[in-house]
Amino acid sequence: MTRAIRALTEIPGASVQDLGRSGYLGMGVARGGAMDRLAIHEGAALLGQSSDQAALEFSGAGGRFQVLGGAVHVAITGAQMSVTLNGIVLPHATTGRAEQGTVIEISGARAGVYGYLHVDGGFATPAVLGARATHQASGMGQQAKMGQVLPLGPAHERESGLTLDPAPRLSGGLVRLVRSYQTDHFSVQQRERLVHTDFIRAAQGNRMGVRLEGGRFAAEGALQVLSDIIVPGDVQMTGDGAPFILLADCQTTGGYPRIGTVLPCDIPMVAQAGPGTALRLQWVSLADGVIAESKAAQHIADLPAKVHTRLRAPQDIQDLLSYQLISGAITGWDEEERSR
Amino acid sequence: MPNDVCACKTSYPRLATAGIDGWLVQFNNSLDDAANRAALAFAAAARKEKWPGVSEIASTLASVYVRFDPLLLTHDELRARLAYLLDSKDWLTVDLPLGRKQFCIPCVWGGERAPQFEDAAKAAGMMPDVARAVLSKTVVRVQTLGFSPGQPYLGQLSQEWNLPRQKDLTPRVPPGALVLAIRQFVLFGISAPTGWLHVGQTAVRLFDPTREEPFLLRPGDEVVFPSVCEQTLVDLQSDPTGGVTCEAVS
Repeated sequence: MTRAIRALTEIPGASVQDLGRSGYLGMGVARGGAMDRLAIHEGAALLGQSSDQAALEFSGAGGRFQVLGGAVHVAITGAQMSVTLNGIVLPHATTGRAEQGTVIEISGARAGVYGYLHVDGGFATPAVLGARATHQASGMGQQAKMGQVLPLGPAHERESGLTLDPAPRLSGGLVRLVRSYQTDHFSVQQRERLVHTDFIRAAQGNRMGVRLEGGRFAAEGALQVLSDIIVPGDVQMTGDGAPFILLADCQTTGGYPRIGTVLPCDIPMVAQAGPGTALRLQWVSLADGVIAESKAAQHIADLPAKVHTRLRAPQDIQDLLSYQLISGAITGWDEEERSR
Repeated sequence: MPNDVCACKTSYPRLATAGIDGWLVQFNNSLDDAANRAALAFAAAARKEKWPGVSEIASTLASVYVRFDPLLLTHDELRARLAYLLDSKDWLTVDLPLGRKQFCIPCVWGGERAPQFEDAAKAAGMMPDVARAVLSKTVVRVQTLGFSPGQPYLGQLSQEWNLPRQKDLTPRVPPGALVLAIRQFVLFGISAPTGWLHVGQTAVRLFDPTREEPFLLRPGDEVVFPSVCEQTLVDLQSDPTGGVTCEAVS
């Protein structure tokens, strides 16, 4: 049989995601795709494959899987989620080999929100409109229901124990935004107050966007403006004035006023901010925004060259995989894991 | 905050940025038929230019969104190209793009399937039978697609249909629901909450990724909703076409 991964548990919010479907905005289809696009690039670099390959996105909750039909090289990126392969710890952002029949257990996120399971060859669920990204509301893509068998693409070998240092983005911080076509609907005072407010990410949030608590804002004049294009990153003021930062599965058009737009390179930080995480906003000029995007693009281009062999402590000289023969052993690789 | 020149003009049409990687060409700040026609025509013309670095062009109710890669094409370069195209003709008076179709989508107006039809008729000052006769013969244009894949905003209806959205949302209308407010219809592709009045019910399938052409409608197409009885609708719901027919108009 072809290689596949079967979900052994119910995993709320888990779905196949890639970089989304571009070019259908005018047909009412949001680009969608991974909430943390950088995590897709990191996974691709780790496994030595194209960023077009689809991964399995977890929304906070993990689950158990079984490898079917042949060995699979795996890596986890994005949110910090503990992973074991037949009980053996696989460190974060590190490649590992899971033989046929291996049970992959992924715990809930300890830091960040969206974790990604990458496999060599990618998840090969049917593409719709040129992408495998799941958009639940329109029935595109595949969620990881219990018992669901997710087919994988053609296998390719990858060394185990390769790692990279993910760019820090799991604990909030400064989020840069640029002016947008509705910024002028807000007074200068409102725009200034926006960047002098200590926000926290509210409990309310999903793949469409996250709500911020800390201040209320209102556009001048009409409550409703003419419905117009929405792009991910737009900071929208809803009825009660709390800002929503719109994310991957946002609507394509809408009539709530939007004060500005978060830079694409800062969206992973917003997506990964769990409820209660502190966020600040900062206006940047278009020119500085382009510089930031250019640096982010360079960072992504450099990722494959930054993949390196994970350094091991002397007590870890045995290969990870040899532990699969010894039920219940731990590797001692990860201080944090060992202390749990 | 930085003093970017975001909006280049305060009158319409105007060019403004949409995020770091988009320009928006706005033809009006309120919905009017000429602005919608201009947006459809300008989007078609801009697509023909095939500008390198531009990744997608989408028309909305009264504007055109152009997404580009600012690392390949600068804001100033693209703005200049858009401004040149904008100045090349009076977009508010040009003809609609070619290749449009007219769709006939059978619709039950009123009854249990469309429980707010009578309210809408009353608000428009018409007897239900008159409202049904009028609305079922009204040809509307797909002004834009949005909210869910292939879901059209249709208009523009005459002034008596300038009905406000309801304050209290209807928790859920079924797929194929035709709703009305502010001189527009929206034909729902998915089940969703809405503040618009549920006036009609169809068996249309706006988006089906398994079809060779996944999207039924395109911006600029015309649609008419002939009145059918409830039993006909039930029959059409098991028909993959939903009884929809179409012919070319341009």
